[in-house]
Amino acid sequence: MKHTLICLVENKPGVLNRVVSLFRRRNFNMDSLTVGRTHNPDISRITVVMEAEPGDGKKVVMMLYKLIDVIEVQDVTNIPTINRDLALVKVRTPDAYARNAVTDLCYERGARLVDIGPEVTIVELAGAEESVESFVEALHQFEIVEMVRTGRVSMGRGIRTMEQRDYKSTRFAAYAPSVNGGGSAGHDDE
Amino acid sequence: MKLTGAEIVWECLLREGVDLVFGYPGGAILPIYDALTKYPQIRHVLPRHEQGGTHMAEGYARATGKVGVMLATSGPGATNLVTGLANAMMDSSPLVAITGQVPLGAIGSDAFQETDVTGCTLPVTKHNYLVTRTEDIAYTIREAFHIARTGRPGPVLVDIPKDVQNKVIEFHYPEGELRLPGYNVPGKAHPKEIEAALDLIHSAKRPLILAGHGVLMSGAMDEIRSFAEITQTPVALTLLGKGGFPENHPLCVGMMGMHGTAAANQAIQQADLLLAFGMRFDDRVTGNLKTYSPDSKKIHVEIDPSEINKNVKVDVGIVGDLKMVLRQLLPKLQTGQHQEWIGQIRDWEEDTSERDILLRLAAHPDGKLWAAQVIAELFRCTEGKALTVSDVGQHQMLEAQYYPHTRPHSLLTSGGLGTMGFGMPAAIGAKLGRPDEEVWAIVGDGGFQMTLTELGTAMQEHVNINIAIINNSFLGMVRQWQEFFYEERYQSTPLKNPDFVKLAAAYDIPARRVSTKEEIEEAVQWARSIDGPTLIEFVVVQNDIVYPMVPAGADLHAMIRRPKPSESPDFENNPTAI
Repeated sequence: MKHTLICLVENKPGVLNRVVSLFRRRNFNMDSLTVGRTHNPDISRITVVMEAEPGDGKKVVMMLYKLIDVIEVQDVTNIPTINRDLALVKVRTPDAYARNAVTDLCYERGARLVDIGPEVTIVELAGAEESVESFVEALHQFEIVEMVRTGRVSMGRGIRTMEQRDYKSTRFAAYAPSVNGGGSAGHDDE
Repeated sequence: MKLTGAEIVWECLLREGVDLVFGYPGGAILPIYDALTKYPQIRHVLPRHEQGGTHMAEGYARATGKVGVMLATSGPGATNLVTGLANAMMDSSPLVAITGQVPLGAIGSDAFQETDVTGCTLPVTKHNYLVTRTEDIAYTIREAFHIARTGRPGPVLVDIPKDVQNKVIEFHYPEGELRLPGYNVPGKAHPKEIEAALDLIHSAKRPLILAGHGVLMSGAMDEIRSFAEITQTPVALTLLGKGGFPENHPLCVGMMGMHGTAAANQAIQQADLLLAFGMRFDDRVTGNLKTYSPDSKKIHVEIDPSEINKNVKVDVGIVGDLKMVLRQLLPKLQTGQHQEWIGQIRDWEEDTSERDILLRLAAHPDGKLWAAQVIAELFRCTEGKALTVSDVGQHQMLEAQYYPHTRPHSLLTSGGLGTMGFGMPAAIGAKLGRPDEEVWAIVGDGGFQMTLTELGTAMQEHVNINIAIINNSFLGMVRQWQEFFYEERYQSTPLKNPDFVKLAAAYDIPARRVSTKEEIEEAVQWARSIDGPTLIEFVVVQNDIVYPMVPAGADLHAMIRRPKPSESPDFENNPTAI
C-alpha cells in the first residue's frame, strides 16, 4: 500500500541525499518526494510517498531515525491530513475556440490560467491528487505539450504540529509496538 | 591561541583521550601529518595499506572499548578505507576516520586524487562530514567522537580539505552541549515495558537467553550472569557475544546459528521464551525466519530501535541500554527452576559429544593434523587465557567451537561483514591497545594473504602477536559449500601458497611449520616465549568440514551434522568421514 511519510530534517547540505540514499539501499520505492523550507530556518520538511509492503512503513520510519540529521518522522498514512499536489499543464490552444474551452474547463475545476500565449496556454491546479488526476484527464481533449507535478505535500489536521511534538518522547512512542502492540509514552520518566 | 586547522585536529584528538592513531600519509593530509610533529604524546602507527589500518583501529577499539582513529589521504587513501568502515559498521565498532580532501576550490573538478569520500562512505558509516570551514573542525570532531561511541557505536568519517587544514584561526575548544536534535541515546526502559517483560519471564517454562555483542558493548556481563542465575535461564551466544557470558558456566549452551552448537539451536527451536539481549537476529543465527522458534514469546532488548521487529516479530521490544534495562529487571526477578528444560538441553549436548571430531580422533588417531586439534591445543597451551583474533572462514568457526571464552573482550572477529583479511591487522591493533594480553591471530591461508602486508607493520612496531595460520591450501569454507551444495565442483578454491615460513623470514619474523599434533605444544610455547611477532604455519587436512551446519535459509533445527559412529556405514575404515 501507499504510505505518506513526513520528515523534519536539519537544513544542512547533503541531508536530502542521505534520506534518498536510505530508500535506495534498503530497496524501498519512492512514488514522490517533495522538499522545502519550514517557518524554522534550521529545519527542512520532506514529504515522501512510497509503496510499501505491510510492516515496511514502520521499518522505514525506524531507519530514517537512524540518520543523525533526521529530527522527526511521522507516517501520516492513517491520520487525518490535508494533501495537496500542484500541476502545471501546457496545452496547445491554437485558436479562440480552444482557448475558450480551456478557460471554461478551468472555471469548472477551480484551476487557473497562468499564462496565455499565441500557441499554448499554461494552466495550474493545486488540489488533492484525485482532483488533479481528473483535471489532467479532462485536459486530454486538448493536446498536452508539457506537464509537471510537484508530488504530494501533507499536513496533519488540528492543533498538534510535528514541531510541537517533543521529539524525545515521540521517537520512543514510535517504537511503541513494543509492549504487546500497545502504545507507551516517553521513556524519560521513572 | 592561533592554530592551523591541522593543529586543531590534534588538539581535539588529545581532548578525546586519543594517544594512538593509525594512518597513512599522502598529499591532501600532509598538513595534519606535519602538525603531528608538535604532538609527540600521540603515537602514530603506519599500516602498509589503509584497509589494514582500519582493521587495526577496529581491533584497538574492540579490545579497549575506546574509539579507534584512522587517518588517510584523499582519493585512493580514502577509498581504501571503505571495507574497514563497512566492517566496523556491521559490527558496531566505534571508529573515527579523518581523511584529507583536495582544496575546497578544487572539489568537483576531478582534481588529482579527488574522490567524493562522503558520498562513497555514506552507506558504510554511522555519520560523516565534509568540513568546509576551519572554524568548524573542532566542533565536528567532538561531535564525531560522540556519535561514534554512544548509542549503537559505529564508524564516523570526517573529510577535511587541505586548505581548511592550512588556515590559521584563533582556537577556542567548543564546550557546552552538542546541537544534535535528531540524535538520541536510549537509556532505561519504560516501567510498562519492564512489567510486560517480567510477566513473560515469570510464566516461561523453557526460557533461553540469546546474548549478543550488546552485552559486551554496554558492559552488562555481571547483570546478564545474575539474570541467568536467578531465573536459571540457559544462555546461548552469538559469535560476537562470546565473552559476554562465561562459556564454562553450567548455564551456557554455546554459540547459536549456522555453525552453532546443536544444543543451542534445538533449544532456540523448542523454547517458549526467547530473551534476545543485545543481538539483532542476523540471518546467520536465525536460518529460515518462517520456522524460527515457532512456539516462543520473544523479548528483545536492543539499543537500535530499527532492529526491533526488523527480522523477527517480538512480543516485547525494549529500546534501551542493556545494562540499564537489566538493572531495572534484576531486583524484580523471582528465582526460577527449569530443571526439566535444562535436563533436556543436557541430553542434546550428550548427543553432540558423540559426534565430536576430537573425541573421534582420540579414539581413532589417523596421524594427520586437523584444524580443530590446532585450536583445541592452542586453548590448552594458553590455558584459555589468550585474546584471540580470528579471520573469516572454517578456522573462525572452529575457533568459536573449540576455544571457549570466559573473559569479556577476549575474542575479536569479523562477524557481520565477514571480512577476510580482518584477523591479523585487528590483532595488531588489539595488542597495541592491550599490551599485557597474550594475543593470537588465528587466520586461514586465504584471509591471511589478503592483508599479509601488515607483517611489515608488526615488524616495524615490534608488536608482540602470535600468528597461527591454519593452512589447508584451500578457501576452506567455500570449499565446504561446494562440497555440500555444488556437487564437489571445487571451482577456484584451491590455493598455491607461498612458503609462509620464508615469507616471515623476509620480515625478520621468527616462524615455524607444524604438521603433526605432537608438534603443536612445543611450537606454541616457543611462540609464547618470544618477544615480538611470531608466525606458525599449521598444515592441516584439506577435506575438513565444520559441523554442525545450518544451510543458508534452512530451518534452524535442520542442521547437517557429523554422523554418529553407529550411522556411518564405513566407520571402521574411515572414522572421520562425512
